[in-house]
Amino acid sequence: MKNKILIILIIFFFIFCFIVLFKGLNNSNIYIPKLKSEKLLINFKSKELFSEIEISSDKLFIDSDFYILNIWSSWCLPCRDEHKFLMQLNKNSSLMIVGLNYKDKSINAKKFLNELGNPYSTILLDTDGTISIELGAYGVPETFLINDEKKIIKKIIGPINEQLINEINLMIK
Amino acid sequence: MLASQIGYYALIIGLFFSILILPVSIQNFYSNKNLDGRIFSISFLQFFLVFLSFLSLILSFVNSDFSNETVFNNSHTTKPLFYKISGTWGNHEGSLLLWLLVLTFFIFIFLIKSNNQPKKYRILTLLFQQIIIIGFFLFILITSSPFNYLFPVPKEGMGLNPILQDPALAIHPPILYLGYVGSSIIFSASLAGLVQNYISKSWAKHIKIWILTSWVFLTVGIMLGSIWAYYELGWGGFWFWDPVENVSLMPWLCLTALLHCILVLEKRSSLTSWTVILCIATFTLSMSGTFLVRSGILNSVHTFANDPSRGIFILIFLFILILISLVIFFIYHRENTKDVNKIYFFSKETSILINNWFVMYFLSVVLIGTVYPIFLEVMSGEKISIGPPFYLKLMIPFLIFFLLFMSIGPNLDWIKSKNLKIKYQLVLLFIISILISFLILKNKGLTSLNNTVLITAAFYLFSTTLKDFFSERFINYSQRVSHFGFSLLILSILFNSIFSSEIITNIKVGENFFYKGGTIKLVSIENKKVNNYESIIGNFRLIDNNNNLTILKPELRIYNTPNTSTSEADIKTTLFYDKFLVMNLVKGNEYFNIRYQVKYFMIWIWISTLLLALGGTLSVFRRVNEK
Amino acid sequence: MKIFKFFIIIILIFNFSNLNSQETDIELSTKISKNIRCLVCQGQSIYDSNSDFANSMKMVIDKKLKEGSTENEIYQYLKNQYGQWITYDPEFNKKTYILWILPLLIFLTGGLIILRKIIVIK
Repeated sequence: MKNKILIILIIFFFIFCFIVLFKGLNNSNIYIPKLKSEKLLINFKSKELFSEIEISSDKLFIDSDFYILNIWSSWCLPCRDEHKFLMQLNKNSSLMIVGLNYKDKSINAKKFLNELGNPYSTILLDTDGTISIELGAYGVPETFLINDEKKIIKKIIGPINEQLINEINLMIK
Repeated sequence: MLASQIGYYALIIGLFFSILILPVSIQNFYSNKNLDGRIFSISFLQFFLVFLSFLSLILSFVNSDFSNETVFNNSHTTKPLFYKISGTWGNHEGSLLLWLLVLTFFIFIFLIKSNNQPKKYRILTLLFQQIIIIGFFLFILITSSPFNYLFPVPKEGMGLNPILQDPALAIHPPILYLGYVGSSIIFSASLAGLVQNYISKSWAKHIKIWILTSWVFLTVGIMLGSIWAYYELGWGGFWFWDPVENVSLMPWLCLTALLHCILVLEKRSSLTSWTVILCIATFTLSMSGTFLVRSGILNSVHTFANDPSRGIFILIFLFILILISLVIFFIYHRENTKDVNKIYFFSKETSILINNWFVMYFLSVVLIGTVYPIFLEVMSGEKISIGPPFYLKLMIPFLIFFLLFMSIGPNLDWIKSKNLKIKYQLVLLFIISILISFLILKNKGLTSLNNTVLITAAFYLFSTTLKDFFSERFINYSQRVSHFGFSLLILSILFNSIFSSEIITNIKVGENFFYKGGTIKLVSIENKKVNNYESIIGNFRLIDNNNNLTILKPELRIYNTPNTSTSEADIKTTLFYDKFLVMNLVKGNEYFNIRYQVKYFMIWIWISTLLLALGGTLSVFRRVNEK
Repeated sequence: MKIFKFFIIIILIFNFSNLNSQETDIELSTKISKNIRCLVCQGQSIYDSNSDFANSMKMVIDKKLKEGSTENEIYQYLKNQYGQWITYDPEFNKKTYILWILPLLIFLTGGLIILRKIIVIK
């Protein structure tokens, strides 16, 4: 009798393992952290690209209904691809776009903007990448959508595309 | 092109023969005659065709035949010949073909070498093995053929990851597979033995060589992988508790337990059911390992190209094998009614049972640590990472006891015989071990309870196994060598982690860096162009506090296909330590980031693993000579 | 046997507490970075990786150490930012009870099975 229970238990155990492993195959390997609650944007200080004056972020994120914080670099190829979407977004007056230039040389950053246009109202420098880490970012490109209470309501890892632009537009109506 | 055609059709014909052998063997099984000669011929043909197929793949690689998709994806005309050849098995499809090659080779060897075994047992082993072989044939032909045709034929290949162009890594897969696949024979033979009620002393004697051979190959295979990691990857580390590494460690642990069990079975005919369970478990772990590594379910530096559809095939195949073994086990396993169920306390069986107990515990830690993230993610959506802290926390306390038991265990029957001399020896060595470990740690300023106990235990094992070399009583050489090798391994790893030191800094040409142990100066940088990469060599002068000069020249290699760069450390090895220097570019300026490590007793880690394997090899030869 | 199990528990407890000697800042930084996963790499710690993410992370850790954060505070901070996945040491919380306890259960079960097989000669 004990043997029979053991056999049934073992069979169920293996069926369970099979199902879990089967489902596990379809799970993605890239970790995209779920925003459990809306996080508050932290304050950070940095030099501005053109004026080279040190600015504090709390002085920037005022006066607008929504803000976009976009992390980019001149050496980042996907950033080139998404740039036109940022230019599109710029046309929206309720939106202020702040750029964070990641591990870049100022000359190259300025060349990039000359070539592709400047949608940013301000660009701060993150020369060693530490500000991005403090923001909880992975790298470039990465974009945060922030509301007027300075809460991060959307985080986009990777370049912005058509679909994401539509989602943003819906959220800022 | 022709080679690929031959290779492909050889596989098809091979599959045909692998199926053909089934009716022939089944017929022979039920007849009264001896083992049919045709079975030998067909299994040889099966092996030969897979060998032919494998050879054609190698030829395609050597000729850079880019009409073959696998060659295109994994090779390049500028690759050196040695790496073109080893590139054959350095990819998913080629490595599966290698699995199949060894599977068919081993079953043929098994048939030849088992002439003194019962016919029905041999045929059943063959049948079970054929299930595995046919499974692999189908897997390769349906999802992972190394002979896919590309048209138009590309002029150049995608190249092979330069990190994989290393001698240790070139031979690491074949040796590792010899170990994995050896366990398939053990699996089939144990199921066959169950059905025939043949699990006995003579079966144990016969299967022991297979267990030992598998174990030796796995030991050396794992060691080669570690050596590669140390020299090529990861900044002077040799074991990262990475899922792929764990996956090779698990069958090894199982085989170690099995190895000890078979000793008991050979002499005393007990522990039969447990031995069979271990035989099944070892191969199951090998196969699960294949699944975990190739299906993309795990996140690791070492995984092959990910393809979930292949994963599904292996998963189903794996569970069919598990189902078959479970069914056979429950139908055919017999309770040992006649022989002794209870074992006396101070006996060899007890020490082996304790060995198994601990080894199975270590196995469960590694297994749970490796697969738990998968289960957690499927059931709750949450992802966690499990790394060295988990494994070390759970294993080290038990390791201490394991080492102590291992020191005392082999001496048990002498303790029982009330031999005073040996008791004094053991106690004396124990006291010496405590003193030595305390002295060493005090010198380093690291006396915590954990460290002291751990080093004491490791040193105790070391001294008792060393004493065994001079002991008059009969202990076979293989045990002396292997146990000593194991103790040396643990001790080297411990000393390595306690005494090694590291400096990390940024430095530019002409600059001197001063630290507690001396100075490092970057004298110059040399740029060179070699056949398929551009090389940047840093010329470093290191002077320690005793004015000893070491010159180290780490290199940065920038490859064109694929477009990656690697960092080649420069390592100066002596018996006592390795001096290890690695450099990297700092983005955007002229500084170089360097890591200088002095790693103590590194070479002893490799030597002791070889000793471990040597002991097993000695045991194989002893058995072969006994026949 | 009971004394034996008692010893195991004692040593386990000792291992779970931190009986560490003082480490320099650099040693501590190295220790922490070996424990943090590089999120943009395939299964490497930030100590092993040379990616931008890893290098920036190392700088943040050094900065925080200079500011006086303890090792645990740094892990907490990173876990808040990036989730549990970033540390290699799984916490002991309700999602990981099984993870930590299961091997120990297996050990105890193994011990029981063996005990039943052994009799002690007097």
